[in-house]
Amino acid sequence: MTTLALTVTDSATMLRRNLRRAARYPGLTVIVAALPIVFLLLFVYVFGGTLGAGLGLPSGGRAEYLAYVVPGILVLAITGGAQGTAIAIAMDMTEGIIARFRTMSIARASVLTGHVVGAVVQTMIGLTMVVAVALLIGFRPSADAIEWVAVAGVLAMTSFALSWLSVAMGMWTKTVEAASNVPMPLMLLPFFGSGFVPVESMPAGLRWFAEHQPFTPIIETVRGLLTGTAIGSSGLVATAWCAGIALVGYLWARRNYERRPAR
Amino acid sequence: MDPNAAITVTGLRKSFGAKVVLDGLDLTVPAGTVYALLGPNGAGKTTTVDILSTLTPADGGEIRIAGHDLHREPQAVRSSIALTGQFSAVDDLLTGAENLRLMADLLHVGRREGGRRAADLLERFDLVDAADRVPSTYSGGMRRRLDLAMGLMGDPRVVFLDEPTTGLDPRSRRAMWDVVRGLVADGVTILLTTQYLEEADQLADRIGVLDSGRLVAEGTADELKRLVPGGHVRLEFDDAPSLHEAARLLGLPVPDTAGLALEVPGEGGVPELRSLLGRLDDARIDVAGLTVHTPDLDDVFLALTGRPTPAEVDA
Repeated sequence: MTTLALTVTDSATMLRRNLRRAARYPGLTVIVAALPIVFLLLFVYVFGGTLGAGLGLPSGGRAEYLAYVVPGILVLAITGGAQGTAIAIAMDMTEGIIARFRTMSIARASVLTGHVVGAVVQTMIGLTMVVAVALLIGFRPSADAIEWVAVAGVLAMTSFALSWLSVAMGMWTKTVEAASNVPMPLMLLPFFGSGFVPVESMPAGLRWFAEHQPFTPIIETVRGLLTGTAIGSSGLVATAWCAGIALVGYLWARRNYERRPAR
Repeated sequence: MDPNAAITVTGLRKSFGAKVVLDGLDLTVPAGTVYALLGPNGAGKTTTVDILSTLTPADGGEIRIAGHDLHREPQAVRSSIALTGQFSAVDDLLTGAENLRLMADLLHVGRREGGRRAADLLERFDLVDAADRVPSTYSGGMRRRLDLAMGLMGDPRVVFLDEPTTGLDPRSRRAMWDVVRGLVADGVTILLTTQYLEEADQLADRIGVLDSGRLVAEGTADELKRLVPGGHVRLEFDDAPSLHEAARLLGLPVPDTAGLALEVPGEGGVPELRSLLGRLDDARIDVAGLTVHTPDLDDVFLALTGRPTPAEVDA
């Protein structure tokens, strides 16, 4: 087999392992979906009336805010999934099985790739649940079938990039507790972007940060695809950010995998 | 270098920061034999196994395993070895059978061959009834057996056993020893580390005593025991007059009569015993009992390292 074929085969084996583990411990998948659903209900029903009025739309209200906040909630869900991934890999690292994998003649990246792809699958399942709840409470996006596929693509791309980063973080930390804390700032980032309120409403310095951080173009792309707002260059910028984050995460994770203490 | 050696290590060095863990270790393990690395905690046993199993890079030295240079061809080495450690490397969320199938998939042996090997190993390691349960329900001995079975799925030529019976009860320990003997019978080369002198004595063809990152002695168990003085023949008598007479005859100081026993220095060889008993017989002294005491590995360890055995340190 060629190196690439080996990597794909071994990664698929590792993916099967991770999915089987996820199925046996469904708690993590549920948590990935549950927290954003709670936030969705909170933001729509508690803050939605007031925040919707501030959107500056002709008929600002709770329904408008629901349409506005869904992309932010989806990205928040992805960061929650990334935290779950960091915890999962940190737990895996504390068990001897990773040392066993490292003494076997298997494609070096496959253990990590299996985790990343497994995390993306898990996150996409969680996101589907979030979208289902949003539709249930009255979210009526204008997206057609192709736009829905594009939304799934952007979200999967984001989840893929953040999963590489969180795999690296999960390996870098020494304990499971630390692995659950380190990705926390990621979960706050959608709030300091266009996820929950328009960046135009923020003070100058914060607004500059919000406009230039990676989640804003991702959220704007998803929002544009779902509800027809302007996307502009957001799609390209989002892709560039995701590619960069994925590459940094991948290299960092590989380094941690090769250099981590034996057992 | 010995072409028949399964493991050849020359000048192996490793430091963690300022702490020198391995300081020029040399060892050679002929194919199909068992080599035991014996040493106290911190002697460098686990580090040696970690380096030889490609988990930790060495700072210096040459290593060849199963004909492959470890530094240049790590993947070739990996396909020839298996490691079973004191911390079992099983997936706790997968059943025993699923753990073995995971190994089969990673070894690319194919579904049918993988299933056949898994069934064989479950049978051989007495895990058939536990195959569909997750390892968290297993006993310590069962976990260790599953761990080793996973390593053997790839039919390794060299097996590293890092303290394979630490923490096991005596019965599980004996079961593990039987498994190891079975591997040796199949021609597998084994490097094991242990704190148990009895384990090295029972299993190993050669024993290396590791202390502060260097081999301080090497040989068969018997050779090592001969390195230390302290062998003697213990003679027991029925009454004090016989004891005194024997002591006078053999030119030994008159011992404490309460024990009615005399310790005659010597290695306990057959000619020596024959001559000893002959002299006593000629003098018409009745010997009630005789035992030969050869030094055990505890004595060896103490003599070589100036410390009691690791097991005692632990206790």
